[in-house]
Amino acid sequence: MPSNIQVPTRRELLLGSGALFAWTFVPGSARAEGRDPRFLTIVLRGALDGLAVVAPVGDPDWIKLRGANALTLDGQTPALPLDGFFALNPAMPNLHRLYQAGQATIVHAVATPYRERSHFDGQDVLESGQAKPGAVDTGWLNRAVAMLDPDGRTAAPGRQAFAVGPIAPLVVRGPAPVLAWVPSRLPPVSDETTMRLLDLYRHTDPALAQALEERIGLAAIARAGGINSEPGDDRPVVQVGGIEQVRKYFTEAAGAAAKFLARADGPRVGALAFDGWDTHVNEGAVKGRLANLLGALDGAIAEIGTSMGDAWRETVVVLVTEFGRTARMNGNDGTDHGTATVAILAGGALKGGRVLADWPGLKDADLYEHRDLRATTDLRAVLKGLLGDHLRVDDRALGTDVFPNSLDVPPMPGLVA
Amino acid sequence: MALDPKEAALALHRFGFGPRAGSIETITPDPRGALLAELERPNAGLIAAVDLPSSAAANRAVFEYNAERAAHERRERQRREAATQVAMQNAEAAMDAKTDAPPPAPAQPEAVPLPRQLFRNEAKAHFDAAINAETGLVERLVWFWSNHFCVNADATVMAGGYEREAIRPYVLGRFKDMLLAVEGHPAMLLYLNNAQSIGPDSVAGINRDKGLNENLAREILELHTLGVRTVYTQADVTNFAKVLTGWTILPPVSDPDHGGEFVFLRRAHEPGPQTVIGKTYADTGVEQGRAVLADLARHPATALHVATKLARHFVADDPPPALVDRLAQRFLDTDGDLKEVTEALIAAPEAWAPEQKKIKRPGEWIVAALRATREPGDIVRLIGAQALLGEPLWRPPAPKGFSDDNAAWVDGLGQRLDIANAFAHREGLGIEPAAVLDVALGPLASPETRRAIAVAESRPQALTMLLMAPEFLRR
Repeated sequence: MPSNIQVPTRRELLLGSGALFAWTFVPGSARAEGRDPRFLTIVLRGALDGLAVVAPVGDPDWIKLRGANALTLDGQTPALPLDGFFALNPAMPNLHRLYQAGQATIVHAVATPYRERSHFDGQDVLESGQAKPGAVDTGWLNRAVAMLDPDGRTAAPGRQAFAVGPIAPLVVRGPAPVLAWVPSRLPPVSDETTMRLLDLYRHTDPALAQALEERIGLAAIARAGGINSEPGDDRPVVQVGGIEQVRKYFTEAAGAAAKFLARADGPRVGALAFDGWDTHVNEGAVKGRLANLLGALDGAIAEIGTSMGDAWRETVVVLVTEFGRTARMNGNDGTDHGTATVAILAGGALKGGRVLADWPGLKDADLYEHRDLRATTDLRAVLKGLLGDHLRVDDRALGTDVFPNSLDVPPMPGLVA
Repeated sequence: MALDPKEAALALHRFGFGPRAGSIETITPDPRGALLAELERPNAGLIAAVDLPSSAAANRAVFEYNAERAAHERRERQRREAATQVAMQNAEAAMDAKTDAPPPAPAQPEAVPLPRQLFRNEAKAHFDAAINAETGLVERLVWFWSNHFCVNADATVMAGGYEREAIRPYVLGRFKDMLLAVEGHPAMLLYLNNAQSIGPDSVAGINRDKGLNENLAREILELHTLGVRTVYTQADVTNFAKVLTGWTILPPVSDPDHGGEFVFLRRAHEPGPQTVIGKTYADTGVEQGRAVLADLARHPATALHVATKLARHFVADDPPPALVDRLAQRFLDTDGDLKEVTEALIAAPEAWAPEQKKIKRPGEWIVAALRATREPGDIVRLIGAQALLGEPLWRPPAPKGFSDDNAAWVDGLGQRLDIANAFAHREGLGIEPAAVLDVALGPLASPETRRAIAVAESRPQALTMLLMAPEFLRR
């Protein structure tokens, strides 16, 4: 490997641990102002239920809509108040702390321009920045970086894509040089995947169903007994599923990304992805699966803050998902694919402590197609606002190259302090 | 006959290594014909392995490597001891003269040791042949016979070379020829200890007071030919072991060109005639053993044993008796012509039952995943994954080889899920699950499987579901 001080050594990369993530280098024009901004995008794949993360507790139709699954300010596990109308899921105390410190912003009733309900197509639109699904191989974050004037450092010889193995998330793929890294620890098999597979086996292959049930039973015993399944260094990783593994994985992945971004000579823009948000059955927003996942995500956000150190004040983290979920619960105490959701912004560079929403209401007539939270904010406006104000990506480039054909979607102003 | 794409997909999974892009469509007009055509290819079973050393050459190279390492370590130890002495003398002689300790030498990055590198090269050739095969039938036969006549890579550095030299040339030849090649191969002679077996009444036996080792003789009768509890007795084992004395290896250092190769050592060979399964064989030296092996190869018990194992491997744990009988009869009728036996298997209606009864062995499943997704596969990861799934390459738990019963592999389902999940997260973002589904299963996919993949929450999850779908796990 050519020696290059900008690039974490292969050994460092391999020693680190975390999600599939990738990063690109420095925005030069921001640097010229004496700023050194960091920007991290976290893609939540599977369609996050925005109403379960940030609940409109002040909306008179809220309780009616979600019943016992509605977050409230006075339940057994009360939601964390944000601004009198909205409250945060109690599984996210760290995000709440940041919000109170003016370092987190919620954008609600937000969606990409995609209005169908396919995960794969929705993720393509979310990550590509295109207005419609279709074959694309570059993402908006990469194209945004490509628009920046590279300063002398990034133009130095050895500015090459650096990749160890994997395919980076679509959002960072593209013409700008990308470092990508495959962690030695891979995401554990999610309980969701296991349950879906078990369901398939139960309908088609009883012998395999039985074998998988036995494994699930063993995994439960291992967890209950605190059996440590820590893998050895060079042995293939065996994960026993469960929220502890997920929590560990989220934390390590986010922390590793933050440590690289924090370095004086490190990358400045990065992305990673967390799966598992497709909650069709037994969503458990207050207490249960989604609450557990949100807790893990909250831990990851806290870890980013810690690992960033002083760089936190120049940081923006944006958490986005392909679409939201139905406003009402379905017949299995879950939610189906919907439309609008939340975008979560965190970081010391934000003008935070706000929930930004042009609230559409929750009455039947207010809902999109009588089922989903209606989108009143285009996610591209949020992202364009951040890319423009934080990274200094040119306005016109944002409307043509980064988010093609989006000149009619103005950047949201004032997100960054 | 009407075109049946389902039969084409089944053919590729059951008899090959699973479909690649377009292969279901390609063979749909005549799935049986496509399988049979693979048997007719020139040099079928062989691989162009120009950069791989012969097993004997590998053996010599590793011997030299180990000798050099041992010398190096000894030299280093002497140097350290000398340095310690000097340091102590200095310390005593000059109490006030501060001598800085020499800085420790920077740690050199550890090169891959030669034996491991040789193993990886052989493993890569082994996997590549399966990944790149048309249908994969011939490679499946290679894997089958390599397991039937298994050796263990922990016992010899020659495991990979053994497969190329003693298995591949014969998978469509006569069983007798494979048997002779296998039992005379240094890897087998080392693995089952015949290299050290000495006739008690041979010159070497008398001079060195050493004796017989029955291991190879017993396993030939029990595992390789007749089958356990068939027609042989302990006396047959002992006598056969005597017949095989002298079948050994030329020591690697003894000869720069031929060290590590097979040699018949008359000095260690038990003199005199021996009776094995009711027939007396005169002492014709190495030919005495060859004569016994030739008779074992055409014994009806061997035909039945081989036919049962083949049918169990390809069709079902409890294969239809009619199928086994037919394969055994063809074996006997053709003097153990393995191509004819394979053709009989492909022609048998029982072999085409629609139900996918067998669970793919780990290695087969891994190769099928790579073929379906067009991923090249990193050899170190392949070796690791197969080992994690309980089927470490060329390292069977016993001379019987890896089991061919579903029960042995279904317990590893959880590990497969781990591997599938890891693979899907490494490679799954760039893969269109619906397209891979059509490539890999096509008409074989159940509506339930199609639906599970369609509603997956992400591409990695969809790919995981595909690799773990019953139709893909089974064959």
